[in-house]
Amino acid sequence: MTADAVIPFDDAIAAFDPVMGLEVHVELSTASKMFCSCPTEFGAEPNSQVCPVCLGLPGALPAVNAAAIEAAIRIGLALNCSVAEWCRFARKNYFYPDMPKNFQTSQYDEPICFDGYLDVDVPTADGIKKVRIEIERAHMEEDTGKALHVGGSTGRIHGADFSLVDYNRAGIPLIEIVTRPIEGAEQFAPEVARAYVAALREILRSLDVSDVRMEQGSLRCDVNLSLRRTPADPLGTRSETKNVNSLRSVERAVRYEIGRQAALLQAGGKVVQETRHWHEDTGVTTSGRSKEGAEDYRYFPEPDLLPIAPDPAWVEELRATLPENPAVRRARLATEWGLTDFEMDSLINAGALDLVIATVAAGGDQARARKWWTGELTRIANDRGVDVHDLGVTPEHVVRIETLISEGALNDKLARQVIEGVIAGEGDPDAVVASRGLAVVSDDGPLLAAIDEALAANPDVIEKIMGGKQQAAGVIVGAVMKATRGQADAARVRALLFDKLGVVEEA
Amino acid sequence: MGFMPTISRDEVAHLARLARLDLREDELDHYAEQLDIILASVARVAEVAAADVPATSHPIPLTNVMRADVARVWLTAEEALSGAPASDGRRFRVPRILDEE
Amino acid sequence: MQQHLTRLSAADIAAAISDGDVSATEVTRAHLDRIAEVDERVHAFLHIDDEGALATAAAVDAKRKAGEPLGPLAGVPLALKDVMTMRGIPTTCGSRILEGWRPPYDSTVVERLRAADVVILGKTNMDEFAMGSSTEHSAYGPSHNPWDLDRIPGGSGGGSAAAIAAFEAPLAIGTDTGGSIRQPAAVTGTVGVKPTYGGVSRFGLVALASSLDQAGPCARTVEDAALLHAAIAGHDPRDSTSLTDPVPAVVEAARRGDVRGLRVGLVKELSGEGYQAGVTQRFNEAVDILTELGAEVVEVSCPHFDYALAAYYLILPAEASSNLARFDGMRFGLRAGDTGELGVEEVMSLTREAGFGAEVKRRIMIGTYALSSGYYDAYYGQAQKVRTLIQRDFAAAFEQADVLISPTAPTTAFRIGEKVDDPIAMYLNDVATIPVNLAGNCAMSLPIGLAPEDGLPVGLQIMAPARADERLYNAGAALEAALRDRWGHLLIEEAPAL
Repeated sequence: MTADAVIPFDDAIAAFDPVMGLEVHVELSTASKMFCSCPTEFGAEPNSQVCPVCLGLPGALPAVNAAAIEAAIRIGLALNCSVAEWCRFARKNYFYPDMPKNFQTSQYDEPICFDGYLDVDVPTADGIKKVRIEIERAHMEEDTGKALHVGGSTGRIHGADFSLVDYNRAGIPLIEIVTRPIEGAEQFAPEVARAYVAALREILRSLDVSDVRMEQGSLRCDVNLSLRRTPADPLGTRSETKNVNSLRSVERAVRYEIGRQAALLQAGGKVVQETRHWHEDTGVTTSGRSKEGAEDYRYFPEPDLLPIAPDPAWVEELRATLPENPAVRRARLATEWGLTDFEMDSLINAGALDLVIATVAAGGDQARARKWWTGELTRIANDRGVDVHDLGVTPEHVVRIETLISEGALNDKLARQVIEGVIAGEGDPDAVVASRGLAVVSDDGPLLAAIDEALAANPDVIEKIMGGKQQAAGVIVGAVMKATRGQADAARVRALLFDKLGVVEEA
Repeated sequence: MGFMPTISRDEVAHLARLARLDLREDELDHYAEQLDIILASVARVAEVAAADVPATSHPIPLTNVMRADVARVWLTAEEALSGAPASDGRRFRVPRILDEE
Repeated sequence: MQQHLTRLSAADIAAAISDGDVSATEVTRAHLDRIAEVDERVHAFLHIDDEGALATAAAVDAKRKAGEPLGPLAGVPLALKDVMTMRGIPTTCGSRILEGWRPPYDSTVVERLRAADVVILGKTNMDEFAMGSSTEHSAYGPSHNPWDLDRIPGGSGGGSAAAIAAFEAPLAIGTDTGGSIRQPAAVTGTVGVKPTYGGVSRFGLVALASSLDQAGPCARTVEDAALLHAAIAGHDPRDSTSLTDPVPAVVEAARRGDVRGLRVGLVKELSGEGYQAGVTQRFNEAVDILTELGAEVVEVSCPHFDYALAAYYLILPAEASSNLARFDGMRFGLRAGDTGELGVEEVMSLTREAGFGAEVKRRIMIGTYALSSGYYDAYYGQAQKVRTLIQRDFAAAFEQADVLISPTAPTTAFRIGEKVDDPIAMYLNDVATIPVNLAGNCAMSLPIGLAPEDGLPVGLQIMAPARADERLYNAGAALEAALRDRWGHLLIEEAPAL
C-alpha cells in the first residue's frame, strides 16, 4: 500500500471547492431486530442472537418491527422531513458473506422520510457559523453480520486466509440518513461535517432511539467528497469513505480527502469513483473497491413485506410528542437559568441535562439540581462505571433530599448518606432517613452534653475563643459532629457553644 | 438458424457473474441461445399498452403489517451452526474475502 | 386389510381411528408398507421418516386410549412436499445444493399438521426449487405417473400427486406458484387446491417466487382436500402476507356440493388452440354436467390472460433470482471448491454452479436480466402492470360469474424426456393455471375423466375470487359427486395396479 500524495489543506481550498455528502447509519436501540424477534444486545456471544430469519435460512420470512417504523418516523420528523404516505421495502441484491440472504432488505425509491433539513451551529475560528444541511432521505434497512478476518501476512483483509462470521448484528434495524450535496462550506467543510454529525447525534439521543455510540458502531458515517475548481462547475467525481467512527475522524477524513483529491487533480490526475477506508491510527484513507462498472443492485419491491402507509393521525401524534430540538432547548434553558456557555457545556457533557430538567420540573432549584447531577451523582456514576441515569436516583429523590435540607432535617453530609442508601436500594430518601436514623439532632440537650464533653477534652479551646480566636470553635464543632455521627446541625452546635461561653459570634 | 441472438455471450457471462454462477464455456453458448428465445417470448408483455396502469407488487393489497417489538431467543448457537459447511468455535467459517467493501 | 387401508379416504381413515376400528399405527404401517412396495417404481418420495411417522401414530393411539378428543385428521398419513422445512428432517427442494441439510425449525404448515396429529410419512419429490411441470428437473431423478410409469406426474409437485395417486398416502401438501399443485393433480387424476394467496402461511416454505407461492392440499377427494385445507390455513404472524380473515368454511362447502343457481364462467381465452382434443371433450362434458346440476353457464373473456405466461416468466425468475441468492454455501448446504486457495466469490460461484441444475440456472439468469438496470421497466415493471390488468380481468369476470372454469392443463401427462430440453414447450403446461397465481385468487383442479385418445386423466380447473375458497369446494364437490354417480367410483380407482 503506497501512501497517496496530499497537499496542504489551505492550498487545496485555495484551488478547489469541496462538496460533501454525508450518509449516517444509525442502529436503532429496539429490543428486537428489524425483521425478526432476535434480541439486539451488544457484545453477546457470537451467533447467540440469530434465528432462521436473520440467518437467511431457506423458508424464513421477515416481519417488520413496529418500533423501528415508529423510530424512523420520529427521526424523520425531528429532521423536518416529510413522511411518506405510502412506501415499500425493496431488496438490494448483491452477494456478500456477512449478508445472509445475499440481498439487503432496504428501501429504494420510496424512503419513509424525505426532504428535510437540520440547522447546525458550526464553531469555527471565525465564530459560530450557521449552516442548513438539507436531508435528502431517511430510510429503513437492516445491518449486516460481522466478519473477522483470520490469517494472512498483514492481518489485513486482503491477505486473510479465511474469515469467521458472527450474524448477531445481522438484521439489527438501521436508519440511513442521507444529506443532499453540501455546498458552500469552503474551508470550513471539515468543521461543518463534524458539527452536522454531532448535531444529528444529539437529536438522536434526545429521541432515545439509538445508543448513538460511534465507537461501538451504533452510529456510523460515510463521507462522500468531491472537488471542483469553482462553485459554478459541475460536481466532480467523488470518493466514498466508509465507517468513519468518531466525530474527530469525520473532521479529519474530510480534511484528508480534500488534500488527497486536490493533490491528484493538481498533478493532472483523475479522482476515481471508489470506496475508501478510513484509518483512525494513521489518519489516512486507502483505496477499497472501485465503483466503476458499479454493482447492479437490481432493486425491486420486497414481496415478503407489505407497504407501510403511516396513519396521518399517528404521524401527527408522533410530531406533537417529539422532544424539543436539543439546540433550541439548550439556548432556551441557558437564558432561563442564566448559565454561561461553560456551565451549559459541562451540564451537556455530563449527559445530565434531561435529569436536571426533570428535577426542576419536579420542583427543584436548577442550581442545586445541577450541583447534584454534575457533581456528587456523576462522580458516583463514574466510580461505578455506570451511566448517571442508571444509578437508581430519580429527579424526585433529589427534590425530596433538597427539601429535607432546606427544612433543616438533613445536612449535606447526611444527604450524601441518604443518596448512598437510595443507590443501595434501601428505598426512597424518607425510607433511608428512617431506616438509617439519619435525621439531624434538633434537641439541644444531647448537643449541650456533647459540647461539654468536647470542651472537657479540649480545655485550651475555651481560652483561645475567649482570647478572640473564634476559629478554634471548629475543633469543638467537629468533635460534636463526630460524637453525634454527623447528625447534628453544625450551625446550631456553633450557636450553642458561643451562647454557653457568653461570647458574641463574629459575623 | 436465421436469427442473431440479441443477448450476447458476454452479456450472459456478465449475468452469470452478477448471479454468482461459474458457468462453463459450453454453458455460456447454450444459455445465450436459450435466453434469447425465452426473452423474445416474454418480451410480449411490451405489447400491452399499460402506461397508466399501476404495477402490482403484492397480489393481495394489505398495508401496515407489523409485529410488536418483543425480543425472543429462538436458536442456540449450536443450532444456528448445525448446517454450516464449516465453522470455527461459534462462528461460521467462510473462504477468504478478497474484495472487502 | 392393510391394502384396504391405503384405499380409504382421509375422512374415512380418521373416522375409523376415532371409532377404534383401526389404530393409527396400523394405518401408518399400511402406508409405509405400500411405499416400500411401490415407490421404487413411482419415486414419489425423497425421504421416508418411518420413525417419526410411527411415533406420531403411537401418540394418536395413546391419546385415543386416554379418551382425549381427536381432531378430524388425527392419525391420517400425509406426504410433505420437500419444499417445506421440518425440523431435523432432510429438506432438499429437489436440489443438490441442499443435499443433507436438516433445518433447525418447522414450517408453520408442519406445526399445524403436528397440532392436528397428522402423520407425516416423509418428503416428496419435486422439480428443483419447484421450477418445472414434470419433476424431471429434480436433482434426484423424476417421479413417475402411476397411470403410466413412462409418463410425468406433473410438476413441480409431482411427487405429492404421485404419492396420492399411487395410494402411498391419502393426503399431501403441495405448493403452487404457477400450477404446481393443480397441474400434477390434473395429470394424476387427483384433487389439488391452490388457496387464496395468504390463506396458508408461507413460513418455512422455501421460496420460489414470494408473491406467487402458495401451499395447499392434495387429496383424492374434494372433502379430503377441504379437511387438509382447514387444518393448515389461517393467519400466521410470521408471514406478513398471511391473511387475517377467518378461514373460509371449506369443509362445510365440500359437504354441501350444490351448484343450483351458481353462475359458472367459461374463460374464452383458456380453450381452443393448444388444448388436446380429449381434454376439450371431457371438459365440455363436465360443463354439460354442471348445467344439468343447475348451474348457469356463461362465457367470459379475460383478454390479458394471453399475456399471463409472459408476465409470469418475468416475475417468477426475477423473484427467484433474489430468493435463491442465499444458497451460496456459506451458512448451510453444499459448498464446492473450498480448497483454501480460492476467495469467497469464487467459492460461492462454484458452489452455485455445482449445486443448481440447468433450469434453475436458466431462470436465475433470466431474473437477473429482468431486474438489471436498463431492463427493469421494460421487463419486470411491465410484467407487474400486466399483473394488474389480469387482476382487472378477473374482477370483471367475477361480476358475471361466481366461479370460472377451464381445463387445468392443455394436455394429459406427457412422456418423460419429451419436453425436458424445450423450456418454452414446458412452460406452456402452465398456461391455464398461471393467471390465478398472478392475481392471488384461488383455484382447484379435480378429475373429470380420461382422455379417449390416451386413456390418461383430465383435470378441470375451478377458479374463485380471493378469500372465496369455499366456492371451489362447493362447486368441486357437486361435480365430483355427479361424476362418481356416473362412474360408480372415483376416477382414481381406474388407475392400473402397480
